Amino acid sequence: MADFLLEIRRLRTYFYTYAGVVKALEGVNLRIHEGDIFGVVGETGCGKSVTAQSILRLVPNPGRIIEGEIIFKGRDLLRLSEEEMRREVRGKQIAATFQDPSTFLAPSHTIGEQLRDIIKANADDPKSFDGKTLTERVVQALDKVNLPDPERVAGQYPHELSGGMRQRSMIATGTSSTPSLFIADEATTFLDVTIGAQILRLFQEMNRRDGTTILIITHNLGIVGEICNRVAVMYAGQVVESCATDELFEEPMHPYTVGLLSAIPRLDREMEELEEIPGTIPNLIHPPEGCRFNPRCRHAMDVCREAQPGMFEVFEGHYVSCHLFDEEGEDNE
Amino acid sequence: MSDPLLSIRDVRKYFPIRQGLLQRTVGNVHAVDGVSFDIEAVEAVGLVGESGCGKSTLSRCVMRLIEPTSGKILYKGEDVSGIPHGEYWRRVQMVFQDPRSSLNPRLTIGYSVGEPLIVRGASKEEVRSRVTALLETVGMNPEHFGRYPHEFSGGQRQRLLVSKALITDPEFIVLDEPTSSLDVSVQAKILNLLNKLKRERDLTYLFVSHDLSVIKHMCDRIVVMYVGKVMEAAPKNELFEETLHPYTRLLFDSIPKPGTRHEREMMGQEHIELPSNIDLPPGCRFCQRCPQAEERCSEEAPELVEVSPGHLVACHHAG
Amino acid sequence: MTMSQTEETGRFRELRYSFHLLLSNPVSTVGAVGVAFLFTVMILAPILATHDPIAINLTGRFLPPSGEHFFGTDHLGRDIYSRVVWGARISLSVGFITLIEATVIGTIIGLIAGYKGGWVDSVIMRITDVFLAFPSIILALAVAAALGRGLTSVMVALGITWWPLYARLIRGQTLSVREEQYIEGARLSGAGGLRIMLKHILPNCIAALIVQISMDVGFTILAAASMGFLGIGAQNPSPEWGLQCASGAKYLVYQWWISTFPGLAIFLSVISFNLLGDGLRDILDPRLRRG
Repeated sequence: MADFLLEIRRLRTYFYTYAGVVKALEGVNLRIHEGDIFGVVGETGCGKSVTAQSILRLVPNPGRIIEGEIIFKGRDLLRLSEEEMRREVRGKQIAATFQDPSTFLAPSHTIGEQLRDIIKANADDPKSFDGKTLTERVVQALDKVNLPDPERVAGQYPHELSGGMRQRSMIATGTSSTPSLFIADEATTFLDVTIGAQILRLFQEMNRRDGTTILIITHNLGIVGEICNRVAVMYAGQVVESCATDELFEEPMHPYTVGLLSAIPRLDREMEELEEIPGTIPNLIHPPEGCRFNPRCRHAMDVCREAQPGMFEVFEGHYVSCHLFDEEGEDNE
Repeated sequence: MSDPLLSIRDVRKYFPIRQGLLQRTVGNVHAVDGVSFDIEAVEAVGLVGESGCGKSTLSRCVMRLIEPTSGKILYKGEDVSGIPHGEYWRRVQMVFQDPRSSLNPRLTIGYSVGEPLIVRGASKEEVRSRVTALLETVGMNPEHFGRYPHEFSGGQRQRLLVSKALITDPEFIVLDEPTSSLDVSVQAKILNLLNKLKRERDLTYLFVSHDLSVIKHMCDRIVVMYVGKVMEAAPKNELFEETLHPYTRLLFDSIPKPGTRHEREMMGQEHIELPSNIDLPPGCRFCQRCPQAEERCSEEAPELVEVSPGHLVACHHAG
Repeated sequence: MTMSQTEETGRFRELRYSFHLLLSNPVSTVGAVGVAFLFTVMILAPILATHDPIAINLTGRFLPPSGEHFFGTDHLGRDIYSRVVWGARISLSVGFITLIEATVIGTIIGLIAGYKGGWVDSVIMRITDVFLAFPSIILALAVAAALGRGLTSVMVALGITWWPLYARLIRGQTLSVREEQYIEGARLSGAGGLRIMLKHILPNCIAALIVQISMDVGFTILAAASMGFLGIGAQNPSPEWGLQCASGAKYLVYQWWISTFPGLAIFLSVISFNLLGDGLRDILDPRLRRG
């Protein structure tokens, strides 16, 4: 069995707010192989962003990771010290970009200055760089993300750039050290379609050219379908289905996945009415007992209301978290 | 042959750029630069394009929230500038995109939805009965009349906006990205609701969005805009099957679709940004990004011509 | 659960959360307590006072603080404690009335300037600048000269100098609220300028207004006291705090209690309202609210 680059086991992240404890992640399990372009897809509140934050241990207050293992290249990230995370992992082995680069690029410094700082911070011997080498490295990093005229961009401030260019700059800051894992959280959400398409191409190129494993977090199933080879569908803080992308679209198993796919207007098909999943996304302070999807599921059985389903491997590599597929229990439908 | 419900004739909207102490006008943003098309009664026309294409500005001109710099808009054959605003906004309404700011957080939703009636002098009872009836129509609890917007979810707030648009019994509704900020499953419900209402009330829609899949699902005809001008307009199926304009082609190719995991030809689009609407070159707007561009394209802007019934294109190669 | 129940729970919980925020910050808690204390004194003055505040007793002049006269007596034998207690009513009312004036005038002007924009806005703002440039003392002297001395003059003068601050505040709020999409929605409903200003924009300014007012109360009290100190405002035998400070000034070395206690009262008022204002600002700032 191939080694996993990243394996998340039983991850639980809760937010301790005034209104109550928000159980944002309740036992997340994920396995990402080296070289994957892995998609995590879900709607609001499913916990996909919190998962990314948990991997980087950047969960904002009042959140806390309370249980689980995040094994990256054989080491459990949750057992590392903050110092070790900062020095060895964040920005070096695992880098990320988020949906609004403006919040992560300091408005008062040029792109070049920010990249220089990062390159120096990630270097083994920061003093070994002279000005010229540093500038070269900056231009290289910007060129790798296909920015036109990288020398010019290096001298510009974030607000002088368009959305697409800012996103690329942000990606450049993350990839300057050639990370093993690159997390893209809603990277194209705020971008126009044609510009977003270029960013997706860039991710494919990074994967092909440098072997970077990419974790794409999005609500857009189309993106997942187009560039990801494996995908995990999340709902209300848990992974409900995880498999190869083709299988997700051709043979979705979990009732939520099935509902989701039927609710999206498709370009390649005519649809009379869009499928409506009854009910709404649950309150994570008081989530439903048992399977979190049961109140909305037309196949809900008694066991669904009592116990949370485990993860069942229905075919090789295709996992579903649903009592319908529990071989030891009732019949499969 | 009756008049189309809405007729947009060579509408332009320029925004002046002012600089200096005396605020002199140094140039113009050509947000909408000569757009013409018709909308027939009971039709759903989709207006699609990316940032800066002018679709939002155009929709606001249609709604008469802003005045065009030049050009005319006709409603049932009548020049809209001659119709008093109050009357126009009884027959033509709008549904906004709702992140958080389309409903006044300090007013009850009963007031917000009923305001068009209140302003026109309706009695309290009438307002209450009409609003509660509409709340039911859009699938909400009529008893929530006195609640505040923050007590509702995004999907519910969108329904409230739809109610507000319907309360004066309009004929024509402009929908500006009504589901863009909603989750997929919520979007499905809103789109189904909009279709149902259209059928039941014989409404005409102008649906503005950047999402082609939604537009394809909702609309009969699609108008594609780019940097202030119409590039192509056609009945929905024809636009997809007989795409004529290279920009439309690019738009389709850019939409992430399942099952196309190989890297596609991006037509040399590795790192090109959308042009600004300020320094406009004389020729076709798209020529810098167009794989079929020739010399003629950069010198002469193509006219929007009807190439086959109902199918208009502005491209030298499609004539 | 009926609608009214859930509604109550929602609003009640918000109120409780607001209190929680207020009291979780020690600084603003002090402010809140101080303000509550001042209001208590103001309301219960007749009960709390031990003597008649204006009764002159020439046999008991310059008595130091004691069990009978908690704060001592002044040069006319009047009980200072009772004067300070009764003075609370005057000082606090002057503060509030001034602010009501300033708020009303400033809000009307600010709304119009912010909503209309253009040259109307420019003209109004220039007028505002002129008023802001006037030191309030000079203006107060001028008003006193015109209307005669007394609390009325003080309130008029302070009102005139204070409104520009509120006009600016409301104008700023109006400018930002004006861009919200629900204002466009209101236009589409057919709402005219007046309705939009009063029904849509104004309610969204209330939060900022409350914060500003709560901070300004302290300053208006101080300003009124300053006027009193200068002899423009309250006249003898009024137990207004500023006037008390003034009359006791010459005895500061040996009969320190005459000025000190009213001075402390002013200090307490200003600090309490300032701290409360800070706390309210934090509560009403949506970004600081969590959960």
